[in-house]
Amino acid sequence: MSGAQIIVETLISQGVTTVFGYPGGQVLNIYDELYKASDRIHHVITAHEQGASHAADGYARSTGKVGVVIATSGPGASNLVTGIATAYLDSTPLVAITGNVPLPLIGRDSFQEVDIAGITMPITKHNYIVKDVAHLQQTIREAFQIAKSGRPGPVLIDVPKDVQIAVYEYAAGGEVEAEPFQMPSEEELVRAAELIAASQRPFIYSGGGIVSAEASKELLAFADRLDAPIGTSMMGLSAVPHDYPGFLGMTGMHGRYAASKAMAEADLIVAVGTRFSDRATGNKDEFAKKAQILHIDIDPAEISKNIPAQQSLIGNIKDILVRLAALLPKQKHDAWKANIEEMREFEKENQEVFLGLSPEYVVKAANRILGDDILVATDVGQHQMWAAQYYPFTRPRSFITSGGLGTMGFGMGAAIGSCIANQKKRTVLFTGDGSFHMNLNEMSTAVANQLPLVVMVMNNGVLGMVRQWQTLFYGKRYSNTTLDKKTDFVKLAEAFGAKGIRVTSPDEVDAALQEAKTTEGPVLIDCIIHADEKVLPMIPPGGTIEDIMLK
Amino acid sequence: MENEKFVLSVIVQNRSGVLTRVSGLFSRRGFNIDSLTVGETENPDYSRMTIMATGDDYIKDQIVKQLGKLHEVKKIQLMEPDNTVTRELMLIKVDATGGHRAEIMEAVHVFRAKAVDFTPKSIGVEITGEASKLNAFIEYVRPYGILEMCRTGVTALGRGESCLTAE
Repeated sequence: MSGAQIIVETLISQGVTTVFGYPGGQVLNIYDELYKASDRIHHVITAHEQGASHAADGYARSTGKVGVVIATSGPGASNLVTGIATAYLDSTPLVAITGNVPLPLIGRDSFQEVDIAGITMPITKHNYIVKDVAHLQQTIREAFQIAKSGRPGPVLIDVPKDVQIAVYEYAAGGEVEAEPFQMPSEEELVRAAELIAASQRPFIYSGGGIVSAEASKELLAFADRLDAPIGTSMMGLSAVPHDYPGFLGMTGMHGRYAASKAMAEADLIVAVGTRFSDRATGNKDEFAKKAQILHIDIDPAEISKNIPAQQSLIGNIKDILVRLAALLPKQKHDAWKANIEEMREFEKENQEVFLGLSPEYVVKAANRILGDDILVATDVGQHQMWAAQYYPFTRPRSFITSGGLGTMGFGMGAAIGSCIANQKKRTVLFTGDGSFHMNLNEMSTAVANQLPLVVMVMNNGVLGMVRQWQTLFYGKRYSNTTLDKKTDFVKLAEAFGAKGIRVTSPDEVDAALQEAKTTEGPVLIDCIIHADEKVLPMIPPGGTIEDIMLK
Repeated sequence: MENEKFVLSVIVQNRSGVLTRVSGLFSRRGFNIDSLTVGETENPDYSRMTIMATGDDYIKDQIVKQLGKLHEVKKIQLMEPDNTVTRELMLIKVDATGGHRAEIMEAVHVFRAKAVDFTPKSIGVEITGEASKLNAFIEYVRPYGILEMCRTGVTALGRGESCLTAE
């Protein structure tokens, strides 16, 4: 078999049915094999390699499977960089395959040559340059294993063109398994259970680890046992159903008041599958001063990296939660719960008020009209926070958003990848006019694939999140955030071959969503909102719950 | 927390790029490397790195954990100072034109170093030992004029039974 054929066969052997990518000179051989194997593996061509990398990421986030992206050498490979970094920061399992110039040309600044392995070293779990076709199959298998083992993440394999042409035998083999997890000892679990039992005001802070470990059910059972409220990081949002009685919502910079307040008042924080990002903690020195921390995670390096933990449990959080709950007598914390009820009341009385067409209305209308059985993707900025704050999530893996890297332009590719990964399930993308402008080229991909994608552009004509900071912290000096672009998103959608609808009132939002619901292909809804809308509450960077701005 | 120097021994797969990966980890996480040496081990599939770094307990803990996440890193050991032999080699060329040739040679003997190059204008010295000994020698000859010098960085092995191997 040729190296290119080995690549395609090994991908198929790993259960890959869809790959995203963009052809080019140094991957022609791989694309030739994809052509021949097109009855067994489906390739989606995007408008730009960045879109392909986000699509593979969305595919992985929405299914838990390893996403695969292919790009040619040079600019093809470097265009993947933002996508790979996005996947790295949010621990998404991804395998990126890049072509490179033939071995004798490497290191000579050949046409379309970049050292993509060097470039991606700090943003991959691991990466490879395969210089011998004899190692190709094993390398790809290893890459899949690394991508999905432990804390998942992206792996890149760079394959020079002559290695794709060279011939070697292919050994039939099944899907590689993730490496087994280490587990905490019984003694550690007992100690943790004692810490929990001693707590009067426990608080569960859960993150994206619950999503990737598929441990939602176990988390809720644990929370019931503990009689503790749950607040999540943004990455952890979809893992807790919005109507779960103890769910307080997202914590942190733009978290709900009750969630952040309860976290600040707790005497014990059980942090599960989360890494205490600075966006979640604010001022680290003042963070949760009254609380002991029990940190449960798959990655030992996260323990005490950002916030020191009194106790920690390392391993698969699903199993840990089950074992820990079993060791714990049923807890009861009525006083604490009454206290939290007061926080919730206060939160209700201090809801933010919107100036024009309310982003809250737009977000909730999407759910009310399109139903629970949809996927929600976002770009990055105010619209992302509104989606995180107001969308009533019911299922894990239904919220596709760039948390750690905060990648504007993530949304289109990610929505496309998620939609395709879920048998073209209806997918709504909340985006802003700033973010959408970054990668709107992928509208062409959505149209070409006739995806039921509803793109809701929260169009305020400004870079709203940056503007909000300029309003609050930079004396209203709106440097380069008033966009004043003349793009007509409705006409733009039509030019791409999609439907475009502009809305300025709640009634129009409803009507447009009704129309989107019965449309086969993509629909863009241009939601005109006020430039001065803010995302609130807000705890200023480096602040604490005492500094929270509510309205 | 106090900053202190510490020595790590790391067994890595002997592949191209592994040195970049390890040193890149230090720079991007903001850890300081004082010295790093690397060479083959008794098993040619693996190399052994000796890293001397400075930091407090937090940095030390993070370095060990973050290194542990690298796929090519097989084993890491934080060397206990009392149970470790550490050595460093230095080549140093001292100016001999100031009429202090005898004093320099006396230092070479007292430090149990070796003169490996001898010209009318300079003396080249080879010296091995713990880093502190090398530092002391440098300070002693500094007034005479150091023309150039080159240190290998620290290498370390645990004493007696304490062995670090890939398996």
